[in-house]
Amino acid sequence: MNSFFSLGRGRLARAFPLLAVTVTLFTLTSCTREPDAIKLGHYGSLTGKDAAFGVATRKGVLLAIEEINAKGGVLGRPLAYLVEDIQSKQGESATAVKKLISRDKVVAVIGANASANSLEAAPICQNSKIPMMAISSTNPRVTEVGDYIFRICFIDPFQGAVLAKFAHTSLKAKRVALLTAVNSPYSVGLSAVLRQDFTARGGEIIAEQRYNEGEKDFRAQLTALRPLKPDVIAITGFYAEAALICLQARALGIDVPFIGGDGWEAPQLIELGGKAVEGTYYSTYFSAENDAPEVRAFVKKFSARWNNETPEAVSALGYDAVYLIAAAMTKAGTTTGPTLRDAIAATKNFPGVTGQTTIDEKRNSAKAAVMLTVKNGRSLFFESVTP
Amino acid sequence: MSEFLQQLLNGLSLGAIYALIALGYTMVYGVLRFINFAHSDVFMVGAFIGYYLGKLVPENIVWGGLVVLLAAMLGCALLGMIIERLAYRPLRGAATLNVLITAIGVSLLLEYSGQVFFGATPRTFPAVFPSGNYSFGSLVISSNQILVIVVAALLMVALQLIVYRTKIGTAMRAVSLNPKAAQLVGVNNDVVISFTFGLGSALAGAGGILYALNYPSIDPLMGVMPGLKAFVAAVLGGIGNIPGAALGGLLLGTVETFVNGSQWSTYKDAIAFAILIIILLFRPAGLLGKFTVEKV
Repeated sequence: MNSFFSLGRGRLARAFPLLAVTVTLFTLTSCTREPDAIKLGHYGSLTGKDAAFGVATRKGVLLAIEEINAKGGVLGRPLAYLVEDIQSKQGESATAVKKLISRDKVVAVIGANASANSLEAAPICQNSKIPMMAISSTNPRVTEVGDYIFRICFIDPFQGAVLAKFAHTSLKAKRVALLTAVNSPYSVGLSAVLRQDFTARGGEIIAEQRYNEGEKDFRAQLTALRPLKPDVIAITGFYAEAALICLQARALGIDVPFIGGDGWEAPQLIELGGKAVEGTYYSTYFSAENDAPEVRAFVKKFSARWNNETPEAVSALGYDAVYLIAAAMTKAGTTTGPTLRDAIAATKNFPGVTGQTTIDEKRNSAKAAVMLTVKNGRSLFFESVTP
Repeated sequence: MSEFLQQLLNGLSLGAIYALIALGYTMVYGVLRFINFAHSDVFMVGAFIGYYLGKLVPENIVWGGLVVLLAAMLGCALLGMIIERLAYRPLRGAATLNVLITAIGVSLLLEYSGQVFFGATPRTFPAVFPSGNYSFGSLVISSNQILVIVVAALLMVALQLIVYRTKIGTAMRAVSLNPKAAQLVGVNNDVVISFTFGLGSALAGAGGILYALNYPSIDPLMGVMPGLKAFVAAVLGGIGNIPGAALGGLLLGTVETFVNGSQWSTYKDAIAFAILIIILLFRPAGLLGKFTVEKV
């Protein structure tokens, strides 16, 4: 309860009209008889500018569900997959999750990728007592919404610390400039931690320039950064803007390395950025080039199912999320909200393809991060980082 | 100093695109007295025509780029004329508000059919013109920025010549001044209006290509923000006034870029629009607008 009320006042106020509706809906759902298949809901951006994440996540989720069903399902019942497209739009997540819970009667919800979307949906899941497993929402506030909200990825403070350590130790940077997407909680959070940790390591954040997601012209911000001569520039936003920023920076003659978080992870980064993103680094949860046997097996199954594609980090997270929830269902022996919640919260050293996952007391997943670098038009494994 | 010049250059190349789109708004307003909100989506269609054609012509060759540019202008001119014929002509004589709402409808139709036909995911625009960077000391100019400014300048001069030195231009000004009187002296209003839409949409098509060359990520909703800014630019310069639209576009692009490069970048649009309000308080008809004379 405490953590719920410690949320921003604005967000609580915005969620409030939904509370009344969802509480009533919950009372209705809890007394209906359970159907045959166990319904698993998923909401994500399958179209729009964040579509790369949503589509890649869906492929991992679907693969896991098909595998589980082929082995006989969970608790003797098959898993049914229900997906809602939030179209990369703010405000759609709440509607999508309400529909999944009240009309489709899902027992658990998977999603979303962007923290902003998860933050919209989380209060609804919390009030309906339906466990929600966020995929790549790294902003700490997401799981602070309530005790039914989990995530399968690490959080911004962790990722910010990884980037700070990487810039300081591996790139030997002393002076770092930040480019923050001010309308993205993810980007603002990541920049804040990066600033704090990098300064704590004795480095200096020489400037922070801001932009909005969806913008295309960053020459002004880059021109302002250029005379300051930073050693490294960190772009804490998403791939579409990051690629354009790299293009425009190279055109302006800025040739320092760029670093970013998992928001960069998408094929479009390289497609759009081309030569400009060569030699950039970003942190993520998973590398398909990792030699661990479980990763190799997953990559093989994934490319067999999806037209020889290589899994993205979010695909692996989606895959792990389904298996983790399925394991919790098996352990709980039921799919009712509160029992399932307790079982998910008790997860220890779950062997996933994104590493050993333990759900901590704040319902975050603890695991190591990998740094990738772009070389010859491909994202290659650079090193594994634990801050 | 070099930072100032660089920002000025960035601002001018952004402003040149706003100016190109603003011209379309201003021309239609001059003749028909309504804002064609679908204009910004014609701009988007121009970029997509370039995207599909760009795959057919060899990359990085000047003539290939010119073919793409001309084809996009032609395609958009046709689209503009079709929109006028199907959506606006049946409403000729109806209240301006009806036409305005129809324009918003056409705009949404184009945006969301674009999502159906082109898909909603951003596409990478091909490099149809050869590109390179030229540096003068710390001042860096990309060939695409030069291209934007040069093409925009050429098109504006051409437009000015068409409006003031040709028969159809005289007819456009006549319709703008008084449609009924123009009809009485033998001007075919429908042809003139159709031509105005074609011309304005061709400029939007060119704007779409130039925008996509500079910011090579295109999607069906890409026209919304530049369209809004261009509309503001047209009002700023004095709507209905061609040099005014050009001036408004350049001014808005430059102000936006300077604010963006400063520590107040978050307030970029707020500051740009505050300037608009202040200018309109002192010059309600815009910078170059006059209340009565010289509409297109």
